[in-house]
Amino acid sequence: MTLLRVDGLTKSFKGLRAVDDVGFEVGEGAILGIIGPNGAGKTTTFNLVAGALAPDAGTVHLDGTNITGRPPHRVLAAGMARTFQLMRPFYSMSVLENVTIAVLAGGGSRRTARTTAAEVIERVGLARWRDSPSEGLPTAALKRLELARALASRPRVLLLDEVLAGLVPAEREPVMDLLDELRTTDGVTLVFVEHIMAAVMRLSDSVLVLDLGRVLTHGAPEEVTRDPRVIEAYLGEEPDADR
Amino acid sequence: MTSAPAAAPARPRPPIPWGRAASVLGVIVLAIVLAYVQSGSGIVVSQAVVTGILVGGVYGLVAMGLTLIFGVLDIVNFAHGAFLALALFATYWLVASTGMHPYLALGICTVVMFALGALVQRGILAGAMGRPLENQLLITLGLAMIIENALLMFFGADPRSVALPGDRGVPILGAVADLSRILAFAGAIVLAGLLFLLLQRTRMGTAIRAVAANHAGAELVGIDTRRIYMLTFAIGTACAGAAGALVAPLVTIEPTTGAQFNIIAFVVVVLGGMGNVVGALLSGLVIGLAEQVGGLLLPGQSPLLSVFIVFVLVLFLRPQGLFGRSG
Amino acid sequence: MTAQTTTREPAPPAALPRQPWNRHLAVVAVLAVLLVPLPLVLPGAQEAVVVRVLIFALLSIGWNIMSGFGGMFSFGHAAYFGLGAYTTAWLLVERDVSPWIGMAVGMVVAAVFAVVVGFLALRYKLRGAYFALATFAFAEMLRLWATNSDFVNRAEGYHVPLLPENSWWYMQFEPGSPNYFWIALALTVAALVVSILFLRSRAGQFTLAARDDEEAAASIGIPVMRYKLMTMALAGAISSVAGAFYVQYYLFIDPDLAFGSSQSIQAILPAVIGGVATIWGPVIGAAVLGPLSDVTATVLRNPPPFLEFLQGRGGLDVILYGLLLIVIILLLPKGIYGALRDRWSRR
Repeated sequence: MTLLRVDGLTKSFKGLRAVDDVGFEVGEGAILGIIGPNGAGKTTTFNLVAGALAPDAGTVHLDGTNITGRPPHRVLAAGMARTFQLMRPFYSMSVLENVTIAVLAGGGSRRTARTTAAEVIERVGLARWRDSPSEGLPTAALKRLELARALASRPRVLLLDEVLAGLVPAEREPVMDLLDELRTTDGVTLVFVEHIMAAVMRLSDSVLVLDLGRVLTHGAPEEVTRDPRVIEAYLGEEPDADR
Repeated sequence: MTSAPAAAPARPRPPIPWGRAASVLGVIVLAIVLAYVQSGSGIVVSQAVVTGILVGGVYGLVAMGLTLIFGVLDIVNFAHGAFLALALFATYWLVASTGMHPYLALGICTVVMFALGALVQRGILAGAMGRPLENQLLITLGLAMIIENALLMFFGADPRSVALPGDRGVPILGAVADLSRILAFAGAIVLAGLLFLLLQRTRMGTAIRAVAANHAGAELVGIDTRRIYMLTFAIGTACAGAAGALVAPLVTIEPTTGAQFNIIAFVVVVLGGMGNVVGALLSGLVIGLAEQVGGLLLPGQSPLLSVFIVFVLVLFLRPQGLFGRSG
Repeated sequence: MTAQTTTREPAPPAALPRQPWNRHLAVVAVLAVLLVPLPLVLPGAQEAVVVRVLIFALLSIGWNIMSGFGGMFSFGHAAYFGLGAYTTAWLLVERDVSPWIGMAVGMVVAAVFAVVVGFLALRYKLRGAYFALATFAFAEMLRLWATNSDFVNRAEGYHVPLLPENSWWYMQFEPGSPNYFWIALALTVAALVVSILFLRSRAGQFTLAARDDEEAAASIGIPVMRYKLMTMALAGAISSVAGAFYVQYYLFIDPDLAFGSSQSIQAILPAVIGGVATIWGPVIGAAVLGPLSDVTATVLRNPPPFLEFLQGRGGLDVILYGLLLIVIILLLPKGIYGALRDRWSRR
């Protein structure tokens, strides 16, 4: 059953088409990876879906509800949360306080919010940092904090903006395990923008490839990565034998 | 990683925004017409226009210094008006105690203010570079408080005045303007022109513009940014100082006079685009006109009110100013 | 099954102490009780200084809520002070309304003004210096309007009519009466309590989050605009109380005193010197600045021989304020209380 449907998203900046007629569907509990070379419009698409930018044209439907152009806090109310590529903690607060606020924003009493937040923190494996100031956390912990904050509202769809960027390979595995679990155990639908092919291959049910603002192709990971158009978009030349 | 557009390059911006200039002129003309209707007298209106432009030239000079400081050092210099007041009193003191001609005092003031600005920047502000904006604002505010109240303490609150020998009314375009005001305008334009030439044609000017455009990049190509910061701040305060000396024969010299120019300078800078030197000069003229013509449109209110109305409108509708930020 | 973190991670930094809201409340209560007998032990002249300190504190507490905790730097806070002052004065002089009611009405007027200014500024996405300049512009416009408006007696302002005897209803007592101090103390205590309760509440936490990172706050579901406006309204209301009390104490108000930039600066200084975005900062700052003004006035009245030429001149106190401001920003950017608090928590 389609949970997230995007049709004909278009956005221009000063006469430049950053995103041109982008559309895709994501089924409930599925994982969609969005890839593309630099400048393909991935982040802009992401921001358009998440409500950080208003599209010039096109629609975004979440579980049948039209959420196009809604501001971020109302997108969240509809059940879709996002993380940021540049980690943005509430720097004056501890990890627990960061997540508590995220829980509070969804309603509920302050006492239960703390408990729920602690649970979420435990869930993403951040327990030992629970009371630490969020400012100055190492990258891996900050990434998890982003996840925790996004998960605090119990979203149905989670948008992840390069969640693995800045992590060394040893740190990536646990995060990918966590994302997998979120889908299987918690039933969260994931849409993630990513550069790291191994992650895309491992996690995605389907992959959307963008290039120059348009959808190049959309299909299963193995097909997409063997598609010569995709290879050319990335490498900009004739495909080589070993890829 | 980033979504830098990969396709066609952006259209290069036209060097002079004719369209915008035309609409600004249109609004001004409309205001003048309305003022004529409101006051019913052509003479009154032309007086306002002439005074407005003449006063606007000086506003432009003051604002050029302020906007330059912002463009290069990213500092909102709330002490700008205080430096102007310092020059006012210095001029008064020089003229009253040695009987020298006010325009000779102009030369002295400009140099002294330049040196003072360099000192202040090196000594106090250098430590605040890179700090949050509010902190810098507060430091320059502190400076303003110190300078203005030192003037109050040493000179007292009584208003003083400086007379320009040979001052008389000169008929222009159906209105009458004091010679001192015309000379102040001329001086301001000349200095503004010199500043512009400095920025465009000299090596130092190019270095300044480079730092304004990109601090880190400028350092990488070997520009001594610390020296440029000091120089730029000094030039900025020199502009304020020169403007102070130029208007000394025109205004009542009190410790609070600087504050009035300060407010107007900020309005002009925002209107012209923070960091845009040419914009500052042109906007100075616009604000001068707004003040005088606005005073006709809203009789019974302070002319400053029309300035603020323009200010607030610009802040809301086009915060990058009429001419956009440069660099 | 939870994901495991790698063992190579560095040890977590020391836990961030939880904001001791209840401890703050307790301190407020204790201080309030301790200060009540103050007028009975202080010599009469000092009473004026202490009342002035409380007025500064009240004004700055309001400023701090929006600029420190809310992250929206206000450079025109005189607007709220002046609205409180003028509302009380107008209602009293023109309509014979008790200043207590005038104070309440003033709070509403200031709050509404704050919401209007805030809405416009936030809708048009003004930030940083632009936001500050906009607030300054609005305060100046109020000043210019008041100076030229017959509705509020133009530049003359209002004199509070003198009453022959003490009156609680009209908040007027003989000069030097301890009642003034007790009222000011009660108002300041109330402002502190309100601040603490606000910051402790959900609304306060959301405001702090929005200050730390507005976009992130929006993305986790906080309606940022709503809370920013709430913060500004609260800040305006509290500062307006300072203005309302000012009129009753000094028995006079005019446009410059009410809306002038020196009041806006007076709102900022105590908080910056004491510690922006702290509960106690504005109070400590006010306690430092208030007496300073008095001390310099005394010095200037009878200056030592080498400063004789300064006799009777005004301005020294503001010079010292300016020096103090610069020194604090350069050396103790977190303010006196902020720096002390950091030192204590590191022990």
